[in-house]
Parts: sequence; C-alpha cells; structure tokens
Amino acid sequence: MRRSKLLTSVLAPLIAIFISFAIASIVLLVVDIDPLTAYQAMWTFGTSTESLVSMVNRAIPLFVSALAVAVGFKMGLFNIGVEGAYLLAALVAAYFGALFVLPSVLHVFAILLIAMAVGAIWNGLAGWLKVKRGVHEVISTIMLNFIGFSLSAYLFLEHFQQEREGLIVATSAIPASGWIPSLNPVLAWFGVEPRAGTELHGFLIIAIVLGVIYHYLVNRSRFGFDLRASGINPSAAHASGVNPKRMVVATMVISGAMAGLVGMSTLLGFTHRYVQDFPSGFGFTGIAVALLGRNHPVGIAFGALLFGFLERSSIILDLENVPREIVTIFFGVVVLAVVIVYEVVARYATRRAVAAAARATAELEEAPAA
Amino acid sequence: MSKPVRYMLYAAGGVLLLTIAGAVTGTSELTAPNTATAALRLAIPILLAGLGGLFSERSGVVNIGLEGMMIAGTWFGAWGSWLYGPWAGVVLGLIGGAAFGLLHALATVTFNVDHIVSGVAINILGLGAMRFLSSITYGPDTGGSVVQSPSVPKIGDVSLPFLAGGDLFGWDSPDFFGWLDRLDIFFLSDIGGILKGFFGGLNWLTLIGVILVPVTAWVLWRTAWGLRLRSCGEDPWAAESLGVRVLRMKYYGVVISGALAGLGGAFLVLVQAGIYREGMTAGRGFIGLGALIFGNWLPAGVFSGSFVFGFGDSLRFRGTDIVRAFILAVAIALLLAALYAIFKKSARRAVVMGSVGAGLLVFYLLVGQVPNQFLSATPYLITLFVLAAAAQRLRMPAADGARYAKGEAR
Repeated sequence: MRRSKLLTSVLAPLIAIFISFAIASIVLLVVDIDPLTAYQAMWTFGTSTESLVSMVNRAIPLFVSALAVAVGFKMGLFNIGVEGAYLLAALVAAYFGALFVLPSVLHVFAILLIAMAVGAIWNGLAGWLKVKRGVHEVISTIMLNFIGFSLSAYLFLEHFQQEREGLIVATSAIPASGWIPSLNPVLAWFGVEPRAGTELHGFLIIAIVLGVIYHYLVNRSRFGFDLRASGINPSAAHASGVNPKRMVVATMVISGAMAGLVGMSTLLGFTHRYVQDFPSGFGFTGIAVALLGRNHPVGIAFGALLFGFLERSSIILDLENVPREIVTIFFGVVVLAVVIVYEVVARYATRRAVAAAARATAELEEAPAA
Repeated sequence: MSKPVRYMLYAAGGVLLLTIAGAVTGTSELTAPNTATAALRLAIPILLAGLGGLFSERSGVVNIGLEGMMIAGTWFGAWGSWLYGPWAGVVLGLIGGAAFGLLHALATVTFNVDHIVSGVAINILGLGAMRFLSSITYGPDTGGSVVQSPSVPKIGDVSLPFLAGGDLFGWDSPDFFGWLDRLDIFFLSDIGGILKGFFGGLNWLTLIGVILVPVTAWVLWRTAWGLRLRSCGEDPWAAESLGVRVLRMKYYGVVISGALAGLGGAFLVLVQAGIYREGMTAGRGFIGLGALIFGNWLPAGVFSGSFVFGFGDSLRFRGTDIVRAFILAVAIALLLAALYAIFKKSARRAVVMGSVGAGLLVFYLLVGQVPNQFLSATPYLITLFVLAAAAQRLRMPAADGARYAKGEAR
C-alpha cells in the first residue's frame, strides 16, 4: 500500500512533466522549430554555475509562495491572494525597514515580522470574510489581490517613494544591518566560485527552515492533524471537536504570513528597497508549483527548482530565435497535466483496489465450499 | 408591482440621486451623454464575461478561467481584424475564447479536475499562449511585437433613429433624447442625457452585447434546453435520472462561456483600443465574475452589476469632481438604505449601512481629490462589499463547482 502510494505521488508529476514537454515540443514543431536544439541550448546554458545559482534564487520565492498556497490546500482552502499579499508586504516592510537601524540579525527579523504581519492581515481578512460573512475565499482573495495592487500603488507613489534616479522610482534603501548576506562564502567552501555579480541569496536557509516548519506543522502537530482532518472531512472534524471557523481563520493567517515572506529574498538579498518593477507573479506561479509538488515540501522544492531552471534557461532561447514564452505555456500545461494525470492515476488505483477486494471476497466465498 | 416597473423605478431613483449629487457638487457631467456612452462601453466587456460566467456556472462549472478566455479573445480578435477586417475579428475572438472554454470543459467535465485549479491553469496558459502567438505572428515588419499587435480596423458606430438622431437611409431622423437633454430641465434632462448617451453613437457590438441579456434570459429560462442546462447546475444526479445528458450540457455551458468571454475580449480590441496589447484585459474577466455574483447569477443582475462597474470605471477618465459627486450619491443611497433598514427594524443592517454611508459622506466633505489608484480598485471593493453585505442572501446554483461523474452516486 505504502509503495503504491509513493508510486502514484512521484509518478503522477513525472508523467505530467513528460506530457508537458511533449506538448511544448509539438507546439514548437508546429511553428517549425526543432525542439531538441532548443532543449539542448537550454540545458547547456542552464547548467553553468551562474545559471544554477540563478535557478536556486528564482526557486526560493516560488518555494515559499507554494508553501503558503499548500497550507490552505491541506484544509481545502484555496488562497489565490498570495500575489497581492506578498507585494503589499514587501512594500510595507521595505518602507518601515528603512526607517530604523538595529543590530543586524534583529533588524532582519524585525523586517520579516512586519512582512509576515502584513501578509497575515491581508489574507486573514479573507478568512474572516469567509467565517463571518460567508464570502468564498477564492472570490475574496481575487478581489483582495486587485485592491492590494491599487493600495500598494497608492502607498508607493503617494507616500513611500523616496528616491528617483532618472526613471527608477524606489523607497529609500534599507540599512546594511537589515540585509541578508549572500551564501557565496559557503559555496566557496565547496570550491564553487560563480562569476562576480552572481550571488546565492542567503534567504535560502530561511526557506529551508520554512519547509521543515511546514512539514512539522502539517504532518506532526495537533494543529496539522486538525487541519488535514478539516480538509478531508469537515463535518467529521467538527464532530470530533475541531472548531471549523477558527481553523479557517488560522489557516488563512498562517498562509498569509508565509505569503508575506515571498518577496523577502529579493528585498533583503538583492534590491534592498522596493522598486517600481518589484518582481511580480510569484503568487500565481506558486499555485502551479504547489499543485506540481502535491503539497509536499520536498515535492514543492523540486517543482520550484524545475520552474526556476526553466525560467533561467529560457533566457538563451532569444539568441536561438525561439520564443521563450514557450516556457509559460509549459507552466500552464503542467498545472493542468498534473491534476489530470493524478485524477486518472487515482481512478486507476481505486479500480484496482476494488478489483483486488472483489477477488479476495470471491476467494473467501470459495474457500468454505471446497 | 411588476418586475420591469420596479427596475425602472430603481433606475429612475438612481438617476435622481446622481442629479442631486451632481447639483450639490456643481458638475453636470455625471448625467451627461458622454459619461453614459463611456459607461456602457466599459460595461460591455464586463457584461459579456459575466454572461459567459452565467452559462458556465448555471451548468455547474465554476469558471475563474474567464480572464484567460478573455485574453484569448483579445488576441484572436485583433488577429482576425488584422487579417480580414473587424467582423472576422469578432468571429475569431469568439472561437479563440471557445477553444479555451473547451479546454476548461475537458479538464473539469471529462477529467473531473477541481474547477478552480483548472481555471487558474487556463489563466496562466492564456497569457503564455497569446504571448507565444504574438512572438511568432508579429515580426518586426508588421509593426507589432511580442506584447502588442499592429493597429487593426475597428467596428463602426450607429445612432438609433428617432430616439437619438440616427441616420435612416440617408435621412437625419429627429433626436428626441438629445433634444430633452438640451432643454435643461432638472431631472428630466438628466434622464434624457443618459438615454441619449445609450442610443446615440451606439456601437454594433455594444448593441449585440445589450441584446444578449434578454436573449440569455430567454434561452436559459424559457427553453427546454435552458432548463436542462440549469438542472445540471442545480442537481446533476437528478438531471441524469431524468435522462438529461449532463456531461454534454456542461460542455455546452462552458464552451459558450468561453465564447462570450472571448467576445468580450474582442470588444476591447475592436471597439475600444483598436489594437491588441498584452494585459489589456486588466482583470476584467474577474470583474465579470464579480458582476455575476453581484447579479445573483441572473442575467438582469449581471447587466446591472456590469453597468455599476462600468460606470465606476468610466469615472476614472472624467476628472475628480465627478468622482466626488458619485461618492456623494453612493453615500446618500446608503444612508437612505439605512433609514429603510430602521423602518424594517433590522438594527444590524442599519448600523452597517449607516456607518459606511456616513463614512463616505465624511470622506466627501474632507477630501478634495480622490487618488486615482482608488478608482481602479472600485469594482473590486464594490464586489467585496456586496458579497460581505449580502452573501447570505445570494443564491448560487446548488451544485456549482461540484464534482460529478456519470453514473456515480452523489
């Protein structure tokens, strides 16, 4: 039983990735591009030291974002609001983080706390609306996303922006005590020295810790048990004493707090201030990564790395005269493929289990007769 | 009182409010023909997306992929118009949206995938696929690029004869509402101004969009086909037992949904912009979803919802005076609603509506200028507010979003 479960949970994403590559290849063939040359170029470019570092850097926010989405999924809540939450959190954290100076580690944690609080409030609002007013969280988080975009645009342009160098508009820079140092020295221990300008974000360590916390919270704690129970069978969970309303709000708050951290690797490790073109889209892509990783931290890590790799290596496609948007198509297809494949595999597994049970019963019935 | 009469009275009351608010703030633009035209134009894409959502959700499939289908509509609308003229754009926009609808139906109906997951995937895919198509279609010699098409021909305007002074076989017919607007009588001319805006300078596609509202209502509520479709959204298991081919009906619903959202996208290109630009839908598919909920999953409700959002959207382009006047109107409306709630002895509603209304009134009195960024958030705020206020009284199709497999027990 355990083996077959492992098989379905690993096999289904692999099949989905294979299908997505197949579809991407067909699309490329249709527009008269040789997919193999394209993939080869991506592989050669994508496996250089600099690309691998960049891949990990890109994977970090996706990983955190996917964890935020996965917490909700575990209890059957769909948090689409990660996108709006993390952008708002990054802006507010950048602004307030630049206002004070603290000893270095404390400063970083203060900024992270601000970001988590903003994210928790923003997504907790959706939880509150669901519990108190019966508003479905999908709709409220979609609406909160757009309100969040407008609110951050307003706060940024009217109140928080300090610096204007030519076309660049930004908040003032966070003092160096609030930065997260890069992990390049650690890489150097292993004899890996990427070219200057390529830095492995130090937030990687916090992200790994988050993954471990997620695992223990969801799989090893009382809260996680209540969470999964509410996700699988809300009425049974309620009957055994789980307060469903409290669970909804708590889950959205936790999910939002994690969402608040999505932008932090970029903010504290790279830009050190909120810029107008602060990277967006992690929230939406995070949903895809969470689905691909089947809400398991290790699966999510692999999914995030895969997406990071594809994003990074697609840069080379411009030089090969291949539209790099093929990667976005891949992302969309892989989401659909993974859920469809999982559905089909699950149906197949159920049918086999039913057949096996029927055989066993038949044997039992035959036994006394013999 | 019959339903249409009641709706007319509501509308007249709304206009009266806008007139008073306009008079207090000192702007006549709130009820000027231009504002009404702009509002209608901005409302139609939302309306089409909302009607699309209606078909899909009435058949029991939640469709948050409307945005992606709309994006497909903008791209194919522009492409068709670029190749063969605007009406080809309309047809291709419909087909492009329908194709993504088909994909959504395949995932949700055939493979029983979670509707929201599939919708998210459609949105990601729609954006990526259209970018890809742009990059292979619009080379440097076409005047387009990865993010936009070259300018494409638009669809022409038409003014209704007699009511708004349209051309009738080369003869200038009388312009009744324009005449009423110019008379400058309090309230009466305001109604005239708004109606002149609706019927004058009307776009063919706008006309089609408006006509689709009663057509949808008729198809879904007055035909056997519509009854079957709606029964799949309410209780597919019961529908199956009565011999309705549930899966097929759901396919119809979702594909039509995609086609309508695609038409909404094509409208953005062929009536408003005259060009495809990436991101031009700007969340209108989601606002359409908001209009659908606002309208309680009913065609007339979707229409009023999208018109409210379109009106809010149109204010953005028309200076801040008009926005302040609009806020005043909303504040008065809420305070009146609070009074009504007191009359109905519902203390909670009175407090909520009264405090929000009073808040808006204070906002009106204190703030001289409304930041532009808030205006773009209005539709979302309204949707959220309506949902928070009335979610308990809204009734979505009972089996909306339910997983259904043929021949299985519920």
